[in-house]
Amino acid sequence: MTSGYAILETARKQVLHEGRGLREAQILEVLNLPDEAIPAALQLAHEVRIQHCGEDVEVEGIISIKTGGCPEDCHFCSQSGLFDSPVRGVWLDIPELVKAAKETAATGATEFCIVAAVRGPDIKLMNQIKFAIDRINAEVDINIACSLGMLTQRQVDQLAEWGVHRYNHNLETARSYFPEVVTTHTYEERLETCRMVKDAGMELCCGALIGMGETVEQRAELAAQLAALEPHEVPLNFLNPRPGTPLEDQPIMDGKDALRAIAAFRLAMPRTVLRYAGGRELTLGDLGTREGLLGGINAVIVGNYLTTLGRPADADLDLLVELNMPIRELQKSL
Amino acid sequence: MQEVSTQLYCGHCGERLGERTTPGAHPPSSADPPSPGHERCEQRLAMEPPRYCASCRRRMKVQVTPMGWAAECSRHGTLAAGAAS
Ligand code: SF4
Ligand SMILES: [Zn+2]
Ligand SMILES: [Zn+2]
Repeated sequence: MTSGYAILETARKQVLHEGRGLREAQILEVLNLPDEAIPAALQLAHEVRIQHCGEDVEVEGIISIKTGGCPEDCHFCSQSGLFDSPVRGVWLDIPELVKAAKETAATGATEFCIVAAVRGPDIKLMNQIKFAIDRINAEVDINIACSLGMLTQRQVDQLAEWGVHRYNHNLETARSYFPEVVTTHTYEERLETCRMVKDAGMELCCGALIGMGETVEQRAELAAQLAALEPHEVPLNFLNPRPGTPLEDQPIMDGKDALRAIAAFRLAMPRTVLRYAGGRELTLGDLGTREGLLGGINAVIVGNYLTTLGRPADADLDLLVELNMPIRELQKSL
Repeated sequence: MQEVSTQLYCGHCGERLGERTTPGAHPPSSADPPSPGHERCEQRLAMEPPRYCASCRRRMKVQVTPMGWAAECSRHGTLAAGAAS
């Protein structure tokens, strides 16, 4: 069966059969497909995901150990201390963190990501993280991931030694758009942390945030730049414009563009764990969650995000049952 | 979870309830119809915890966990939902 769209025919051969992700110009073609072609693009992306990743879906919970008061100025972020955002600074204590890890594991999730709103960790935060990892490992069967901003080589080595199996550090947007969105650190600094994480043998989780006013060309550029990093996981976020941030008046991304992006990112990265992350409820609603899971997505964040609420955990878990997609089982990488 | 008796302020935007559509009206009370002008805020509150105390407009300390959230006003106590409650 042919789709009638040249880029999808090319992708069928190149990505599905040969396992080579689309290049930037090809990604752009997918992002520019007409509305009528979206179902075919999602269908192909789904076939690619099944072929190269399998049927199971990775479930993760995320939690903020330190919320708000970040010195950086990422224009989308309600946790920057530089904007007039209503989010107040707060630290989570370790017993609450362990409790949340247990609740997350009870959903069948295999990943628990501890996040801090910081430029990079200081000694106090590193000590907290070490303590939290030890407590969670003693009481809960779950893989621990961290997202603590930019790291030094020593901190990378410490996290790897403590058994953090995956580290999240997002590119967020294309290199060419990054200076419009962040001025307190550079794209190169972000890449540096990503490279160190990979070199230390941790899995790299490196995400995208789309719908920030970037062009379609820049969206393709971002997908290609992510693909070049070969991250283990790519969380795909859609902007949820936050009150008080410079992007608060940015319109919510069109659902069809979000679906095009899901297909395009999967076709750019056939083997990556492609996770639905923040903003999907707003951009895509319930229907879109299903379409994405049948269009290249193979991982979800279950329950709430860091400062906003997600779909009820049961809604996603029930949907996975209905779609006959097993939850990926725990393989402790320690 | 503490009962908030007076809903004077919008939990999402922190503005005084009733101000947007009825400037100069009597101070809003719990007897007023629900938050005129804050329909969008109410929709948002289905997708995020409140940030402002409805009684005193203080910014609350909010902790979100995968299965719940808790929002604490230093004067009026804690509102919570789900497993964080
Ligand atoms: S570094 Fe992270 S927490 Fe800080 S402003 Fe940027 S996105 Fe927000
Ligand atoms: Zn309001
Ligand atoms: Zn109060």
